[in-house]
Amino acid sequence: MKPHENLDPLVIAGKPYRSRLLIGTGKYKDFAETRAAVEASGAEIVTVAIRRTNIGQDPKQPSLLEFLPPSKYTLLPNTAGCYTADDAVRTLRLARELLDGHELVKLEVLGDPKSLYPNIVDTLAAAKTLVKEGFKVMVYTSDDPIIARQLEEAGCVAVMPLASLIGSGMGILNPWNLGIIIEQAKVPVLVDAGVGTASDAAIAMELGCDGVLMNTAVAAAKNPMLMASAMKLAVEAGRAAFLAGRMPRKLYSAAPSSPTAGLITPSPKP
Amino acid sequence: MISVTINGERRQLEAPLNCTELLARLDLAGKRVALERNGEIVPRSQFAVERLAEGDRLEIVVAVGGG
Repeated sequence: MKPHENLDPLVIAGKPYRSRLLIGTGKYKDFAETRAAVEASGAEIVTVAIRRTNIGQDPKQPSLLEFLPPSKYTLLPNTAGCYTADDAVRTLRLARELLDGHELVKLEVLGDPKSLYPNIVDTLAAAKTLVKEGFKVMVYTSDDPIIARQLEEAGCVAVMPLASLIGSGMGILNPWNLGIIIEQAKVPVLVDAGVGTASDAAIAMELGCDGVLMNTAVAAAKNPMLMASAMKLAVEAGRAAFLAGRMPRKLYSAAPSSPTAGLITPSPKP
Repeated sequence: MISVTINGERRQLEAPLNCTELLARLDLAGKRVALERNGEIVPRSQFAVERLAEGDRLEIVVAVGGG
């Protein structure tokens, strides 16, 4: 029995989710592999990108949404590749129309094509516009606690700081900043970007993150399905460990786990 | 004939035509797409009535894999 799975939902914009793992759908070999990885991950929220349709392509070519139907998954359209607030807002207006009025979105405004580091000024401006237009905005941001707070004050429904740069797989580089963001936030905090392997996801959850969003860590694994399932377990384990409350760190143990009395030879003096 | 820009590409189209007819001509009839005309969303309910005009800039988008 895993009580935390049912009694401890992730609530975003008032809606509960069983899974705290959110999965991106980019960089897979094909749609079948995308679906298999998403299924193995147990994710209920999956991100999608919005792009110009390929005019002139075979009309029978399958579409992503046939493999990940909106009736089964909560699709989270993103603004990946947008470098201005205007482009991000336009993209999400199109996404809302595309997904029949769907309001939950992932906002990211990038500042630099090499690092993919977020442009915070435009992110904040876009967030304000989107919130005014009724979007429920999950926002990708740096791990700056002040910006995270301002994004929350702007009305974002979740704050999603990077653990390290998008696609880097470098893991959690600044747990202390994440800790401050988590401590102050009243909306869910999800680590978005930088997770490389299962232990990174577990650490994020042990820090008290409400969830983890990842793409490359799964898609770029040699076996994406196996990594997706590892990530599922890691997020569950990390969450359970966080809820359980870890023991304090001590340089020395003054209390061994086994009885000190009844030894056949006495312990040496410290 | 009118000249419009679709997804960044200039095209000559027989006019008059509305958005539904445009999508049919592009082999996109029945596909889940969203349409922006000159920076404004065209709701699906308006596809059959919204007529294209000379110089229109159109964006036609779909959902694709992304993180």
